[in-house]
Amino acid sequence: MYQVKGGTMPDRAVTMTWLLVICVCVMAGATFAGEDDEEAVVYGFGRPATAEEIAAWDIDVRPDGKGLPAGSGTPAEGAAIYVAQCAACHGAQGEGGLNDRLVVHSADEPFPLASDVNAGQHRTIGNYWPYATTVFDYIRRSMPFTAPGTLTANEVYSLTAHLLHLNHVIPEDAEMNAQTLPKVVMPAHGKFRLDDRQDFKEVH
Amino acid sequence: MAQDDAKNNDKTSGEKQRNVTRRAALVGMAGAAGTVLARGADGQEVQVSSGSRPQVPPDPTKVIGRLASEFGERSPFERLERVTSFSRSSSETPLQNLHGTITPAALHFERHHAGVPSIDPDKHKLIIHGMVSQPTTFSVSDLKRLPAASRICFIECSGNLFRDAPEQTTAQLIAGMTSQSEWTGVMLSTLLREVGADPGASWLLAEGADAAVLTRSIPKAFWDEAMVVYAQNGEAVRPENGYPIRFLNPGCEGNTSVKWLRRIEVSDQPFMTREETSKYTEPVKGGVSRQFSLVMDARSIITYPSYPNTVEKGWIEVQGIAWSGRGKIAAAEVSTDDGKTWQRAALQDPILPKAHVRFRHMFKWDGKDTVIMSRAIDETGYIQPTRAAFMQARGPGSGPYHQNPITGWRLKAGGDVVYRVEEWA
Repeated sequence: MYQVKGGTMPDRAVTMTWLLVICVCVMAGATFAGEDDEEAVVYGFGRPATAEEIAAWDIDVRPDGKGLPAGSGTPAEGAAIYVAQCAACHGAQGEGGLNDRLVVHSADEPFPLASDVNAGQHRTIGNYWPYATTVFDYIRRSMPFTAPGTLTANEVYSLTAHLLHLNHVIPEDAEMNAQTLPKVVMPAHGKFRLDDRQDFKEVH
Repeated sequence: MAQDDAKNNDKTSGEKQRNVTRRAALVGMAGAAGTVLARGADGQEVQVSSGSRPQVPPDPTKVIGRLASEFGERSPFERLERVTSFSRSSSETPLQNLHGTITPAALHFERHHAGVPSIDPDKHKLIIHGMVSQPTTFSVSDLKRLPAASRICFIECSGNLFRDAPEQTTAQLIAGMTSQSEWTGVMLSTLLREVGADPGASWLLAEGADAAVLTRSIPKAFWDEAMVVYAQNGEAVRPENGYPIRFLNPGCEGNTSVKWLRRIEVSDQPFMTREETSKYTEPVKGGVSRQFSLVMDARSIITYPSYPNTVEKGWIEVQGIAWSGRGKIAAAEVSTDDGKTWQRAALQDPILPKAHVRFRHMFKWDGKDTVIMSRAIDETGYIQPTRAAFMQARGPGSGPYHQNPITGWRLKAGGDVVYRVEEWA
């Protein structure tokens, strides 16, 4: 593998020195190569995910509408489903009960301000949720509380439409579907900013 | 309050209706009455009636002890418990009764949004897909074959403050939604290399297999330290902490360490899920809310003396824990004169980044009414603020997340120790 060519044959001491150098190099090389490998090797554990199993779980919906399924619903259709599926916890008109208030008290209920001692309590779809797609995503994955994940796409579109209407965001006859829902501009849109805690010497 | 959100009972001023219950008060008293199980000398369990102490031989050197067992139990004299919230969607660690920095797994705080799921580990799978060259499904045993890593760090709920607590409140109820474990699993970077993550990816979605199918978007800045873990303090992760696998996002608000992890979708933008818009955001000055404020700022709490302890005049060893999501604790300071002067406390090894560190400070109490308090200083130079400074910076309505003001305990003449009550607004 490693040869020293040319010149006179080295004496025994020089040979030993070379051997030592070679040994150190090989050992060091092996060590570094091993560490490098762990950073670079792909072990190949696991198996390729099938399109079907991804589709079964890939239910998230982004603000740009990516992930919204086919289907549609209107506020009127949603109102009936709401009574059956949601009112027990959230109140007949989304005013809250056992669980969160979903609907603003009035169309001009403000975005919660840090200067208002009760700000944290005023978080409804109409004054705090920045994206309409989040309403669809959350209902579809988590609601109703005692039977999550059981609503059809049409039912979720309908409930989303009903809640947006109760919050004065869309008119009574607006149909929500994969094209219209991402276009809804929420009252709280633009009211959020990414973590800006940069100067750690400051209280924030 | 009727508004109590059974699925979202974070520790906020409005949602704190829970907890100064009789149960909490009972747990606050060490050695509360109740039925306990003990083991006799033959290893058989014996029941000890309510209100009495477990029966043991008067001289343990004169009786052969019980034999080896398959699974250890704590002494029947020890009864540490979590305190559960009214809706039982959370429970808190008894900080005032722990030693060192590791939280026993059975006492790790809980927060779940739709209960603790029951999962068969042999059927559980983790799918990683999205901006990757090879979408991959991992079984739990696949994950265990990959290079392992362990890390000791805290996990803290970002709603970890009982804002309007009365005097009769334990450290557990003030700040018991922080706990520390040694977590073992796979570095996220290892998994992303396995699936060939696109270098242009900048966000990922972590999704749980609970009934909330909880999701959080995690920005790339946190990927280097993130892990997918299957073990907690040497054994499998507890069900309420994410069995069989959870995401681990050191230093960050607990809900981003998504439990019962089933899916990671690699992306180039955040998904704006309910938990990162409607929840886990906090109003700040300027009429806006702060979003993706994942890192937990430095904080500390004195755990002894605290309510319901009583103390005597003379030397007292003040003890507590300090932690920061930005790195190592540089110092913990203690004031024994209601914040007028501060002394450096001794920090007990190990001092690990993004981990609870125990501090202690000897104090000679003159027996007069005073307030003791602690503040954490981390390696960035950040100093845990007073409540007044915190409110000045954030606004009184900035709850309910990322609130880390200094808290204290009043030593009353006579020796009673109570929570130092402060007005919030």
